[in-house]
Amino acid sequence: MLKSSRDSAGRTQLAFEDIEDLARGAAFLGAGGGGDPYIGRLMAEHAVREFGMPEIISVDDLDADTNVFPVAMVGAPTVMVEKGVSGADVDLSVNRLAAIIGKKPDAITPIEIGGINSMLPIVAAARLGLPLVDCDGMGRAFPEIQMVTFNVYGVSATPAVIVNEHLDTVIVETCGDAKRAEDLIRVAAIQMGLSVMFSGYPLNGQQVKDYGVKGTLSLALNIGRAIRRGRSEGNPFESLLAYLRSTEYFNRCKVLFDGKVTDVMRETTKGFAMGHCEIRNMDDESDSMHIQFQNENLLAKRNGKTVAVVPDLISIVDGETADPITVEALRYGQRVKVIGTSAAPVMRTAEALAVFGPEQFGLDEKFLPIEELHDDI
Amino acid sequence: MRIGVDVGGTNTDAVLMDGRTVMATHKAPTSANISGGIVNAISEVLTSAAISPAEIEAVMIGTTQFTNAFVERRELSRVGVLRLALPATRGLPPMVNWPADFAETIGDQIHLIKGGYEYDGRCISPLDEREIARVAKKLSAAGIDAIAISGVFSPVNGDMEARAAEIVQQELPDASITLSSKIGRIGLLERENAGIMNASLNAFASKVISSFRQALTQLNITAPFFISQNDGTLMKATFVEKYPVLTFASGPTNSMRGAAYLSSVEDALVADIGGTTTDIGMLVKGFPRESSVPVDIGGVRTNFRMPDILALGLGGGSVVSPTQPITIGPRSVGFRLTEKARVFGGDTLTVTDIAVAAGYADIGQRKNVRELSGEFIRSAVSKVHSMLVDGIDRIKTSSEPVPLILVGGGAILIDRDIDGASEVIVPEHAGVANAIGASIAQVGGEVDKIYSYDEIGREAAIEDATQQAIEEAIAAGAKADTVETIDFEEVPLSYVPGGAVRVRIKTAGELETC
Repeated sequence: MLKSSRDSAGRTQLAFEDIEDLARGAAFLGAGGGGDPYIGRLMAEHAVREFGMPEIISVDDLDADTNVFPVAMVGAPTVMVEKGVSGADVDLSVNRLAAIIGKKPDAITPIEIGGINSMLPIVAAARLGLPLVDCDGMGRAFPEIQMVTFNVYGVSATPAVIVNEHLDTVIVETCGDAKRAEDLIRVAAIQMGLSVMFSGYPLNGQQVKDYGVKGTLSLALNIGRAIRRGRSEGNPFESLLAYLRSTEYFNRCKVLFDGKVTDVMRETTKGFAMGHCEIRNMDDESDSMHIQFQNENLLAKRNGKTVAVVPDLISIVDGETADPITVEALRYGQRVKVIGTSAAPVMRTAEALAVFGPEQFGLDEKFLPIEELHDDI
Repeated sequence: MRIGVDVGGTNTDAVLMDGRTVMATHKAPTSANISGGIVNAISEVLTSAAISPAEIEAVMIGTTQFTNAFVERRELSRVGVLRLALPATRGLPPMVNWPADFAETIGDQIHLIKGGYEYDGRCISPLDEREIARVAKKLSAAGIDAIAISGVFSPVNGDMEARAAEIVQQELPDASITLSSKIGRIGLLERENAGIMNASLNAFASKVISSFRQALTQLNITAPFFISQNDGTLMKATFVEKYPVLTFASGPTNSMRGAAYLSSVEDALVADIGGTTTDIGMLVKGFPRESSVPVDIGGVRTNFRMPDILALGLGGGSVVSPTQPITIGPRSVGFRLTEKARVFGGDTLTVTDIAVAAGYADIGQRKNVRELSGEFIRSAVSKVHSMLVDGIDRIKTSSEPVPLILVGGGAILIDRDIDGASEVIVPEHAGVANAIGASIAQVGGEVDKIYSYDEIGREAAIEDATQQAIEEAIAAGAKADTVETIDFEEVPLSYVPGGAVRVRIKTAGELETC
């Protein structure tokens, strides 16, 4: 946790050097999706250099009526690696949302800790001079806007604002169904170039306390640190798994496979990076793993048998360094390991599975927790 | 018969190969004008094997000249950078992540211009041709003649980059222009970085290649010559003049392939011990294990295919502290070993001196290190070995012991078993493994073609492209049964109806004569 540098008001300070660890940990939680963590890191470092590091505030220290604004990038990771952000688009999305709801933002929160969307709130908070809440709405990454705990437990996704690099702005207001908001925003985002800034789900402090996945910024930071320290000590996997097992959410975890990427099929379609990859055991040709993704890795099968399924996390990492590899960076010939990790309990309830369980992605699978799929977890 | 040459920063090595047999080897210092060292090394091997230049069928050259020049920031041209993207990408301008000192060599002529494509082929903005012409005039006035042009989603559509090049060329007819779409893949920053690196090296590349040519002419060798590139295959010299960046990291690939060849071991650790560093890598089925994360070169991020190498600050010239506790490197006397080291009459204690004092290396004057105490020598020797053990442990995939192959001039510095290695192999000709690796580099075939998946299906399309790439490799001289796919990439072109996909396949195989 970040407690070491907390002051009396419960605020903590992130060091500039922490951004790299945070980006690495967030990429792991991105489960293949959420965009290139390196691009996110550069954006955050660029903004922090110019505007200073935002303060981190713990969920426990929020007042019930604090106005908390989520910020995220919506689009396809395959597009983000080409287009990045421009900066003014981030400010505009928050400021427009504030004007529409008539409330001044008191804090920014990540809504998706996995991938680049852990970094973008740092950019927004730094640019706007606001604190950042140690929390998100997934504890991982997901491709669609309705797939967050705030929606599961009844917070409206709208009004929502999206802005592109031309500063074209689209405001979405719906009857309250977040899936409809997703559908409308996706169509607009495609037209706007598939790399747009989003601000929606305006929250108050009480809603964040009740429905947020708490402490995930700290968790991502510590995951990133565990990988880095493990690497310098010679075994990043041991260090990573040991840390995950010590956490409240991610304590069921396992290396699911070790092999070489032998096929990647990836297409930017319907507003997402869709496809699959095949990983083959280098010592046994007949042993392979098939992973299906929609921005994020959704389903891992070993020789036809399911070994992990969404919302549990399926992360592909470098076979030596344990650096997370995103879907758009997967390449023929890479040596990788696949790690399966339990999602936060709040993500595995019946209500939650009705929003982001396997069926919601069109998969013909029932959700089975990773600890039930394996005897040794 | 073939000649393999390795032009390193310190030495130029040459080997003469007849099929798979090493006929002669020679090590000569790299000369300032490069060609002198090559002439010396090659004429030496020809003379000692009594072979006439006419019998040489091919010359393969591996060189770290371009990597070294870039890392050391020398011989680099100032580059004008044009990115076709506005209003997108403003948050991360070109060279945003480069070490600051590059501004002094490559410069700060960075221009963001309206243009670029969306992922589906639509324009972000129409290309601002007037702005390009204006920028070209400005670059011309500033005396810049190396240009790097990048554009958002140029691998999907390279037209804007090509058009921008035409406009720049009108203003700067002699400029060398690198288009990012010709070198890199999806990922704007890395592709653009590769383009800028390439442009900065174009002038030096012409100089180096003409030195190679001059050397071969002087030796009366008329056989074609090839340069090895970072994926372990060979390319024609004329191609290197245009794309020097593709030679980056070919050095470690050559030395590891050479180690596999000399030892006949296909799965092993390889430590290439030089004067300043030890490069450790892992051989998997005769090829270096690749790094799957983007690699920094001279502090600049790229997305080239590269072997996964750990560089330790341990070499024959590494400086040893004369008192306890003993420290070794990373400072090294480098190529001045033969004047600085104690055994050569110098005043600096080096790892080479330790090996001589311990009695397992026999070079220079052993009497010069006689005053070192037995205890000091023992702890220094054990420090050298523990550094190597530590490095090996970091690159290994499992705790299972694997063979360790030692190559490079510094292989003599190691004299005992290494923890984590099942055996330590020092093959014959270990000192010139690099040049041998260059001489057995593979030949490749490449296909880059657009298919309609709706019409023929993905599998048939990939099969067709693979077949063509294999045939191309065979036509270039590869043995049919050794040709394999080494790279494969698909870029769906969503803007073209009919499920159009750009398929890029690279194959490589061993030369028929090897």
